[in-house]
Amino acid sequence: MTGLALTAVAAPARRREKRPGHGWLLLPPVLVLLGFFGYPLVLVVLQSLESKTGEFGLSVWLDVLGSAEFRDAAWKTVALALGATAGCVVLGTFLALVIAFVPFPGARTLSRLVDTVLAFPSFLIALAFTFIYGSAGILGAGGFLYSPFGILLAEITFYTPFVMRPALAAFGQVSSAQMEVAASLGAKPGRVLRQVILPEALPSLASGACLTMLLAMNEFGIVLFLGAKDVTTLPMLVYGKGIVTFDFPQACVIAVVNVVFSLALYGTYRRLTKGGQRAAVDQA
Amino acid sequence: MLLWTRRSRVLLWAVFAVLFTAIVLAPLLMIVLASVAGNWTGLLPGALTGSHFARALSGETFASLSVSIQTGVIASLVSVLLGTWAALASQSAPSKLRKAVDTLFHLPIAVPSVVLGLAMLVAFSRPPLAFNGTRWIVLLGHVMILLPFSYSTVSAAIARMDPLLAQAAASLGASPVRVLLRVRLPVLLPSISASASLALAMSMGELGATMMLYPPDWRTLPASIFALTDRGQVFLASASTVLLLAVTLAGVVILGLARGRAAQR
Repeated sequence: MTGLALTAVAAPARRREKRPGHGWLLLPPVLVLLGFFGYPLVLVVLQSLESKTGEFGLSVWLDVLGSAEFRDAAWKTVALALGATAGCVVLGTFLALVIAFVPFPGARTLSRLVDTVLAFPSFLIALAFTFIYGSAGILGAGGFLYSPFGILLAEITFYTPFVMRPALAAFGQVSSAQMEVAASLGAKPGRVLRQVILPEALPSLASGACLTMLLAMNEFGIVLFLGAKDVTTLPMLVYGKGIVTFDFPQACVIAVVNVVFSLALYGTYRRLTKGGQRAAVDQA
Repeated sequence: MLLWTRRSRVLLWAVFAVLFTAIVLAPLLMIVLASVAGNWTGLLPGALTGSHFARALSGETFASLSVSIQTGVIASLVSVLLGTWAALASQSAPSKLRKAVDTLFHLPIAVPSVVLGLAMLVAFSRPPLAFNGTRWIVLLGHVMILLPFSYSTVSAAIARMDPLLAQAAASLGASPVRVLLRVRLPVLLPSISASASLALAMSMGELGATMMLYPPDWRTLPASIFALTDRGQVFLASASTVLLLAVTLAGVVILGLARGRAAQR
């Protein structure tokens, strides 16, 4: 998942050449994808429609959707993802603003460090947090880490670089002449920020936020490692039902719900990145 | 420069330093410190030791490291091969087919890795393909997770590529295979290698699908690190994490060097 932020660099407009079609060349990779990705997902949907006695129907769906456990997990997943996204956007925008517009020696190195952090596994943050905020950690914060807020803080920490990267790229494209004109006409820094910088960076920030929300919603490593007793998210529930209690039909129902949430966000993300690219091309 | 007075700038930098330290530097520093800590009750570790690394480099964790490296290398190779193939082939396909393939190859991004793991468990525990419980299911899971990223990196590079190069070669009489081998692939090599580094880093750190799929004899290092943390062996877990990062970084650097050479030619 982390790769999304690294591959999400805007591609310039394509120049297309007309050539005869060789669609059949696509067959091998497409077959692999359909066989090992499409076929398993179809089976998940089918399995979710199969009751314990082997009948076809919606009984498992009704069971799961009505259970307090599922509702609680769905609500916690969405709330955590929203909270993490909000936190990351605020923090990431601030950090990127300082690096881009109030630079200091070494700022470039720091922004390269941010790129490296993007490739790290998320459980690293969870593990590090046990040393900082855990019950025996240096801050001696007690039970905080194993509450929803501990997970929220870990997700914000891990995903802030995912907002910083597109924000830095967008801020790099704001023309300094425009800012200087605004400033020379008497605009205070706050006004330059609100009326010159942020409007220009908005599409990138929105797609970064969308990406963060998608990743935070599907986050597994942090929640698993922190192992908070009363915090279960949808991916954790899928894991619990699938591996711990071996209740495949229920796990499949939750998995389908999770995929639907995630597809909706991903669709929005794709639309935002395309819109952002178009805007950039229009301005050029 | 957005701020003009020195005082406001210094104030802003101070806030920045605190936040950046908490978010980016502290977690890294903590893991590294913990990996060499003999005991840790105060602000700093009480004693430094290399014994965690010695233990991480022997027995079970070392076996896991080797599993992770094998999984990472094989899964990255396969996904880069398939992704490059799909990206190149879709370029010469009719436009409707190309769009469909593009969507199809991006879809796995939207599926959480845990769900992918579950789906593979459901699908491959039954005939005709019942290889659940073998290492192959882990490898396949990793390939499916990496594939969309390999595809998307290479296909973005193809979009940036100058079509005139291939056209010129073709107009001079080079066969399509020769154009592919002598013009297109060399031009794409840097991005193919970039997609390989990305795939390697992702595979080495993959946890969601692996936790669902791994058989006892093919446990990757992240899964072992979780088992260690679960048993409370956090120092050994930290040393293993540092080891995982170091090996990943080494792999990425090696691929980067290969990229630099390719660019020089």
